[in-house]
Amino acid sequence: MNRVTLFAICASAGFLLYILEMVRRRKLREEYSILWLFGSASILVLSLKQDWLVVLAHAAGIVYPPSFLFLVGILFILLILIHFSIAISKLHQMNKKMAQEIALMKEKAMGGVSGDPSIKP
Amino acid sequence: MEGTPPRILVVVPAYQEERSIGGLVRSLRERHLFDVLVVNDGSMDRTSDTAREAGAIVLDLPCNLGIGGAVQTGFQYARAHGYDVVVRIDGDGQHEVEDIPKVLDPILTGNADAVIGSRFLGETEYRGSIPRIFGIRFFRLLVNLTTGYRVSDPTSGFFAINRRLVAFYSEHYPSDYPEVDAYILMHRLKARTVEVPVRMYERAEGKSSITAFRAVYYMVKVTLSFLINCIRRFG
Repeated sequence: MNRVTLFAICASAGFLLYILEMVRRRKLREEYSILWLFGSASILVLSLKQDWLVVLAHAAGIVYPPSFLFLVGILFILLILIHFSIAISKLHQMNKKMAQEIALMKEKAMGGVSGDPSIKP
Repeated sequence: MEGTPPRILVVVPAYQEERSIGGLVRSLRERHLFDVLVVNDGSMDRTSDTAREAGAIVLDLPCNLGIGGAVQTGFQYARAHGYDVVVRIDGDGQHEVEDIPKVLDPILTGNADAVIGSRFLGETEYRGSIPRIFGIRFFRLLVNLTTGYRVSDPTSGFFAINRRLVAFYSEHYPSDYPEVDAYILMHRLKARTVEVPVRMYERAEGKSSITAFRAVYYMVKVTLSFLINCIRRFG
Protein backbone atom coordinates (compact mmCIF):
# COMPACT_ATOMS: atom_id res chain seq x y z
CA MET A 1 0.00 0.00 0.00
CA ASN A 2 1.60 3.28 -1.05
CA ARG A 3 1.63 6.44 1.00
CA VAL A 4 -0.98 8.38 -0.93
CA THR A 5 -3.45 5.51 -0.56
CA LEU A 6 -2.85 5.35 3.16
CA PHE A 7 -3.33 9.10 3.41
CA ALA A 8 -6.57 8.97 1.43
CA ILE A 9 -7.94 6.18 3.59
CA CYS A 10 -7.04 7.93 6.84
CA ALA A 11 -8.43 11.27 5.69
CA SER A 12 -11.73 9.92 4.43
CA ALA A 13 -12.19 7.59 7.40
CA GLY A 14 -11.44 10.49 9.76
CA PHE A 15 -13.89 12.67 7.95
CA LEU A 16 -16.59 10.01 8.08
CA LEU A 17 -16.05 9.51 11.80
CA TYR A 18 -16.12 13.27 12.41
CA ILE A 19 -19.50 13.57 10.67
CA LEU A 20 -20.90 10.64 12.63
CA GLU A 21 -19.64 12.15 15.88
CA MET A 22 -21.25 15.51 15.06
CA VAL A 23 -24.57 13.78 14.42
CA ARG A 24 -24.23 11.76 17.61
CA ARG A 25 -23.65 14.95 19.61
CA ARG A 26 -26.63 16.58 17.87
CA LYS A 27 -24.45 19.33 16.43
CA LEU A 28 -25.46 18.23 12.95
CA ARG A 29 -29.00 17.22 12.13
CA GLU A 30 -29.50 13.86 10.47
CA GLU A 31 -31.12 15.35 7.38
CA TYR A 32 -28.10 17.56 6.70
CA SER A 33 -25.63 14.78 7.44
CA ILE A 34 -26.89 12.41 4.77
CA LEU A 35 -25.09 14.11 1.88
CA TRP A 36 -21.86 14.40 3.87
CA LEU A 37 -21.97 10.80 5.02
CA PHE A 38 -22.66 9.65 1.51
CA GLY A 39 -19.81 11.78 0.14
CA SER A 40 -17.22 10.68 2.67
CA ALA A 41 -18.24 7.03 2.38
CA SER A 42 -17.78 7.20 -1.40
CA ILE A 43 -14.30 8.66 -1.01
CA LEU A 44 -13.40 5.97 1.49
CA VAL A 45 -14.58 3.21 -0.85
CA LEU A 46 -12.65 4.71 -3.77
CA SER A 47 -9.47 4.98 -1.68
CA LEU A 48 -9.76 1.33 -0.71
CA LYS A 49 -10.70 0.14 -4.19
CA GLN A 50 -8.78 2.35 -6.57
CA ASP A 51 -9.38 0.11 -9.54
CA TRP A 52 -13.10 0.87 -9.18
CA LEU A 53 -12.29 4.47 -9.92
CA VAL A 54 -10.62 3.46 -13.16
CA VAL A 55 -13.62 1.35 -14.15
CA LEU A 56 -16.06 4.14 -13.32
CA ALA A 57 -14.01 6.75 -15.16
CA HIS A 58 -13.80 4.62 -18.26
CA ALA A 59 -17.50 3.86 -18.09
CA ALA A 60 -18.11 7.64 -18.12
CA GLY A 61 -15.74 7.96 -21.08
CA ILE A 62 -13.01 9.74 -19.09
CA VAL A 63 -9.46 8.66 -19.92
CA TYR A 64 -7.67 10.10 -16.89
CA PRO A 65 -9.30 8.63 -13.74
CA PRO A 66 -8.38 11.43 -11.28
CA SER A 67 -10.30 13.95 -13.38
CA PHE A 68 -13.36 11.76 -12.89
CA LEU A 69 -12.77 12.15 -9.16
CA PHE A 70 -12.62 15.95 -9.51
CA LEU A 71 -15.79 15.98 -11.56
CA VAL A 72 -17.68 13.95 -8.98
CA GLY A 73 -16.23 16.10 -6.19
CA ILE A 74 -17.36 19.33 -7.81
CA LEU A 75 -20.81 17.95 -8.56
CA PHE A 76 -21.10 16.84 -4.96
CA ILE A 77 -20.14 20.29 -3.67
CA LEU A 78 -22.68 21.90 -6.02
CA LEU A 79 -25.37 19.57 -4.78
CA ILE A 80 -24.64 20.31 -1.17
CA LEU A 81 -24.61 24.09 -1.82
CA ILE A 82 -27.99 23.95 -3.51
CA HIS A 83 -29.21 21.93 -0.58
CA PHE A 84 -28.04 24.74 1.72
CA SER A 85 -29.69 27.46 -0.38
CA ILE A 86 -32.96 25.59 -0.13
CA ALA A 87 -32.53 25.11 3.61
CA ILE A 88 -31.76 28.82 4.07
CA SER A 89 -34.79 29.83 2.01
CA LYS A 90 -36.95 27.63 4.19
CA LEU A 91 -35.47 29.14 7.34
CA HIS A 92 -35.96 32.62 5.91
CA GLN A 93 -39.64 31.90 5.32
CA MET A 94 -40.07 30.46 8.79
CA ASN A 95 -38.22 33.36 10.36
CA LYS A 96 -40.48 35.86 8.59
CA LYS A 97 -43.60 34.03 9.71
CA MET A 98 -42.39 33.96 13.28
CA ALA A 99 -41.46 37.63 13.35
CA GLN A 100 -44.92 38.47 12.03
CA GLU A 101 -46.65 36.26 14.59
CA ILE A 102 -44.60 37.79 17.39
CA ALA A 103 -45.47 41.33 16.32
CA LEU A 104 -49.18 40.48 16.15
CA MET A 105 -49.14 38.66 19.48
CA LYS A 106 -47.24 41.44 21.24
CA GLU A 107 -49.83 43.93 20.13
CA LYS A 108 -52.61 41.64 21.34
CA ALA A 109 -50.87 41.06 24.67
CA MET A 110 -50.68 44.79 25.26
CA GLY A 111 -54.45 44.82 24.85
CA GLY A 112 -54.43 47.45 22.16
CA VAL A 113 -53.17 50.09 24.61
CA SER A 114 -51.60 51.84 21.71
CA GLY A 115 -53.84 54.18 19.81
CA ASP A 116 -57.40 53.56 20.87
CA PRO A 117 -59.15 54.27 17.57
CA SER A 118 -62.22 55.69 19.31
CA ILE A 119 -60.24 58.55 20.84
CA LYS A 120 -59.47 61.36 18.48
CA PRO A 121 -56.40 63.44 19.12
CA MET B 1 -71.44 47.59 0.99
CA GLU B 2 -74.00 46.48 3.62
CA GLY B 3 -75.69 48.57 6.29
CA THR B 4 -72.77 49.13 8.65
CA PRO B 5 -70.10 51.53 7.44
CA PRO B 6 -67.01 49.77 6.11
CA ARG B 7 -64.11 49.43 8.50
CA ILE B 8 -61.00 50.98 7.06
CA LEU B 9 -57.42 50.47 8.19
CA VAL B 10 -54.49 52.60 7.06
CA VAL B 11 -51.29 50.56 7.11
CA VAL B 12 -48.03 52.50 7.35
CA PRO B 13 -44.79 50.52 7.15
CA ALA B 14 -42.03 52.40 8.93
CA TYR B 15 -38.32 51.85 9.33
CA GLN B 16 -36.30 54.55 11.13
CA GLU B 17 -38.94 57.21 10.54
CA GLU B 18 -39.08 58.82 13.99
CA ARG B 19 -38.97 62.30 12.48
CA SER B 20 -41.85 61.97 10.06
CA ILE B 21 -44.08 59.25 11.49
CA GLY B 22 -45.64 61.27 14.32
CA GLY B 23 -46.79 64.08 12.06
CA LEU B 24 -48.10 61.62 9.52
CA VAL B 25 -50.13 59.66 12.06
CA ARG B 26 -51.57 62.86 13.53
CA SER B 27 -52.60 64.25 10.18
CA LEU B 28 -54.18 60.91 9.27
CA ARG B 29 -56.18 60.82 12.47
CA GLU B 30 -57.17 64.47 12.31
CA ARG B 31 -58.47 64.25 8.80
CA HIS B 32 -59.99 60.81 8.62
CA LEU B 33 -61.97 58.39 10.76
CA PHE B 34 -59.74 55.46 9.93
CA ASP B 35 -57.74 53.32 12.28
CA VAL B 36 -54.04 53.82 11.70
CA LEU B 37 -51.67 50.88 11.99
CA VAL B 38 -47.94 51.54 11.95
CA VAL B 39 -45.81 48.46 11.29
CA ASN B 40 -42.44 49.21 12.79
CA ASP B 41 -39.98 47.13 10.79
CA GLY B 42 -37.35 46.65 13.48
CA SER B 43 -36.33 50.32 13.79
CA MET B 44 -33.61 51.21 16.29
CA ASP B 45 -34.88 54.76 16.80
CA ARG B 46 -38.09 56.00 18.45
CA THR B 47 -40.37 55.21 15.49
CA SER B 48 -42.52 52.90 17.59
CA ASP B 49 -43.02 55.24 20.57
CA THR B 50 -43.58 58.28 18.38
CA ALA B 51 -46.26 56.50 16.39
CA ARG B 52 -47.94 55.21 19.53
CA GLU B 53 -47.94 58.66 21.13
CA ALA B 54 -49.52 60.09 18.01
CA GLY B 55 -52.38 57.62 18.40
CA ALA B 56 -51.54 54.77 16.05
CA ILE B 57 -51.87 51.08 16.69
CA VAL B 58 -48.30 49.82 16.48
CA LEU B 59 -46.92 46.43 15.52
CA ASP B 60 -43.27 45.98 16.42
CA LEU B 61 -41.47 43.44 14.28
CA PRO B 62 -38.62 41.89 16.29
CA CYS B 63 -36.26 42.15 13.31
CA ASN B 64 -36.14 43.96 10.00
CA LEU B 65 -38.16 42.00 7.43
CA GLY B 66 -38.03 44.48 4.57
CA ILE B 67 -40.91 46.36 3.09
CA GLY B 68 -42.89 43.39 1.77
CA GLY B 69 -42.82 41.48 5.04
CA ALA B 70 -43.75 44.57 7.03
CA VAL B 71 -46.70 45.47 4.83
CA GLN B 72 -47.84 41.86 4.87
CA THR B 73 -47.93 41.93 8.67
CA GLY B 74 -50.31 44.87 8.35
CA PHE B 75 -52.54 42.83 6.05
CA GLN B 76 -52.49 39.98 8.54
CA TYR B 77 -53.60 42.35 11.29
CA ALA B 78 -56.40 43.65 9.07
CA ARG B 79 -57.56 40.15 8.27
CA ALA B 80 -57.49 39.07 11.91
CA HIS B 81 -59.51 42.13 12.95
CA GLY B 82 -62.03 41.96 10.14
CA TYR B 83 -61.30 45.21 8.31
CA ASP B 84 -63.09 45.70 4.99
CA VAL B 85 -60.53 47.89 3.26
CA VAL B 86 -56.82 48.49 3.76
CA VAL B 87 -55.08 51.63 2.57
CA ARG B 88 -51.31 51.39 2.40
CA ILE B 89 -49.29 54.57 2.56
CA ASP B 90 -45.59 55.38 3.07
CA GLY B 91 -44.29 56.50 6.44
CA ASP B 92 -41.94 59.17 5.16
CA GLY B 93 -44.41 61.76 3.93
CA GLN B 94 -44.05 60.93 0.24
CA HIS B 95 -47.77 60.38 -0.19
CA GLU B 96 -50.43 63.03 0.17
CA VAL B 97 -52.79 62.13 3.02
CA GLU B 98 -55.55 64.24 1.51
CA ASP B 99 -55.66 61.94 -1.52
CA ILE B 100 -56.71 58.90 0.51
CA PRO B 101 -60.42 59.33 -0.34
CA LYS B 102 -59.47 59.10 -4.00
CA VAL B 103 -57.93 55.66 -3.63
CA LEU B 104 -60.77 54.53 -1.37
CA ASP B 105 -63.69 55.58 -3.49
CA PRO B 106 -63.71 52.91 -6.24
CA ILE B 107 -63.45 50.19 -3.59
CA LEU B 108 -66.23 51.58 -1.43
CA THR B 109 -68.54 51.74 -4.43
CA GLY B 110 -67.58 48.15 -5.28
CA ASN B 111 -66.06 49.07 -8.63
CA ALA B 112 -62.58 47.76 -7.94
CA ASP B 113 -60.68 45.24 -5.83
CA ALA B 114 -57.54 47.35 -5.83
CA VAL B 115 -57.02 51.06 -6.41
CA ILE B 116 -53.50 52.26 -7.02
CA GLY B 117 -52.49 55.88 -6.70
CA SER B 118 -50.42 57.00 -9.66
CA ARG B 119 -48.04 59.95 -9.64
CA PHE B 120 -48.13 60.08 -13.42
CA LEU B 121 -51.82 60.50 -14.10
CA GLY B 122 -53.28 63.97 -14.41
CA GLU B 123 -51.08 66.96 -13.81
CA THR B 124 -47.95 65.80 -12.06
CA GLU B 125 -45.26 67.58 -10.15
CA TYR B 126 -43.25 64.44 -9.74
CA ARG B 127 -39.64 64.69 -10.84
CA GLY B 128 -37.72 61.52 -10.12
CA SER B 129 -34.07 60.82 -10.76
CA ILE B 130 -33.14 59.32 -14.13
CA PRO B 131 -32.47 55.76 -12.87
CA ARG B 132 -35.73 55.83 -10.97
CA ILE B 133 -37.73 56.95 -13.99
CA PHE B 134 -35.95 54.32 -16.08
CA GLY B 135 -36.84 51.64 -13.53
CA ILE B 136 -40.45 52.72 -13.46
CA ARG B 137 -40.65 52.62 -17.26
CA PHE B 138 -39.06 49.21 -17.35
CA PHE B 139 -41.54 47.79 -14.85
CA ARG B 140 -44.41 49.53 -16.57
CA LEU B 141 -43.53 47.73 -19.79
CA LEU B 142 -43.14 44.43 -17.96
CA VAL B 143 -46.50 44.72 -16.21
CA ASN B 144 -48.41 45.97 -19.22
CA LEU B 145 -47.02 43.32 -21.56
CA THR B 146 -47.68 40.38 -19.25
CA THR B 147 -50.93 41.25 -17.49
CA GLY B 148 -52.90 43.33 -19.95
CA TYR B 149 -53.49 45.95 -17.26
CA ARG B 150 -52.85 49.52 -18.37
CA VAL B 151 -50.55 50.72 -15.62
CA SER B 152 -48.75 54.05 -15.42
CA ASP B 153 -47.10 53.78 -12.00
CA PRO B 154 -46.21 50.12 -11.29
CA THR B 155 -44.05 50.86 -8.21
CA SER B 156 -46.62 53.01 -6.41
CA GLY B 157 -46.85 52.16 -2.72
CA PHE B 158 -49.99 54.23 -2.26
CA PHE B 159 -52.98 51.96 -2.78
CA ALA B 160 -56.13 50.50 -1.31
CA ILE B 161 -57.34 46.90 -1.47
CA ASN B 162 -60.50 45.11 -0.44
CA ARG B 163 -61.03 42.11 1.83
CA ARG B 164 -60.39 39.53 -0.82
CA LEU B 165 -56.94 40.84 -1.65
CA VAL B 166 -56.15 41.45 2.02
CA ALA B 167 -56.83 37.77 2.70
CA PHE B 168 -54.73 36.65 -0.25
CA TYR B 169 -51.81 38.96 0.49
CA SER B 170 -51.79 37.82 4.11
CA GLU B 171 -50.65 34.48 2.73
CA HIS B 172 -48.67 35.52 -0.33
CA TYR B 173 -46.92 38.82 -0.60
CA PRO B 174 -43.60 39.50 -2.35
CA SER B 175 -40.59 40.90 -0.53
CA ASP B 176 -38.86 43.67 -2.51
CA TYR B 177 -40.79 46.12 -4.63
CA PRO B 178 -43.89 44.09 -3.82
CA GLU B 179 -46.09 46.44 -5.84
CA VAL B 180 -44.70 45.31 -9.19
CA ASP B 181 -45.05 41.66 -8.28
CA ALA B 182 -48.50 42.25 -6.88
CA TYR B 183 -49.77 43.02 -10.38
CA ILE B 184 -49.11 39.44 -11.42
CA LEU B 185 -50.88 38.16 -8.32
CA MET B 186 -53.86 40.43 -9.02
CA HIS B 187 -53.85 39.36 -12.63
CA ARG B 188 -53.86 35.71 -11.59
CA LEU B 189 -56.76 36.42 -9.21
CA LYS B 190 -58.58 38.31 -11.97
CA ALA B 191 -58.80 41.29 -9.65
CA ARG B 192 -60.22 44.54 -10.96
CA THR B 193 -57.65 47.29 -10.62
CA VAL B 194 -57.98 51.03 -11.15
CA GLU B 195 -55.36 53.75 -11.09
CA VAL B 196 -56.23 57.19 -9.78
CA PRO B 197 -54.10 60.31 -9.85
CA VAL B 198 -52.45 61.17 -6.53
CA ARG B 199 -49.78 63.58 -5.41
CA MET B 200 -46.38 62.27 -4.39
CA TYR B 201 -43.42 64.22 -3.11
CA GLU B 202 -39.72 63.69 -2.82
CA ARG B 203 -38.77 62.26 0.54
CA ALA B 204 -38.82 64.89 3.26
CA GLU B 205 -36.68 63.05 5.80
CA GLY B 206 -34.07 60.35 5.42
CA LYS B 207 -32.86 59.08 2.11
CA SER B 208 -34.19 56.47 -0.23
CA SER B 209 -32.64 53.10 0.38
CA ILE B 210 -31.73 52.66 -3.28
CA THR B 211 -28.19 53.04 -4.63
CA ALA B 212 -27.23 52.47 -8.27
CA PHE B 213 -25.89 48.97 -7.77
CA ARG B 214 -28.79 47.89 -5.62
CA ALA B 215 -31.18 49.39 -8.16
CA VAL B 216 -29.86 47.03 -10.83
CA TYR B 217 -29.91 44.13 -8.40
CA TYR B 218 -33.51 44.83 -7.45
CA MET B 219 -34.52 45.21 -11.06
CA VAL B 220 -33.17 41.76 -11.86
CA LYS B 221 -34.59 40.25 -8.70
CA VAL B 222 -38.04 41.73 -9.12
CA THR B 223 -38.16 40.75 -12.78
CA LEU B 224 -37.23 37.19 -11.89
CA SER B 225 -39.74 37.02 -9.09
CA PHE B 226 -42.37 38.55 -11.36
CA LEU B 227 -41.80 35.98 -14.09
CA ILE B 228 -41.74 33.10 -11.62
CA ASN B 229 -45.04 34.31 -10.21
CA CYS B 230 -46.51 33.93 -13.69
CA ILE B 231 -45.95 30.17 -13.53
CA ARG B 232 -46.23 29.52 -9.80
CA ARG B 233 -49.11 27.73 -8.11
CA PHE B 234 -50.89 29.37 -5.21
CA GLY B 235 -52.44 26.85 -2.86
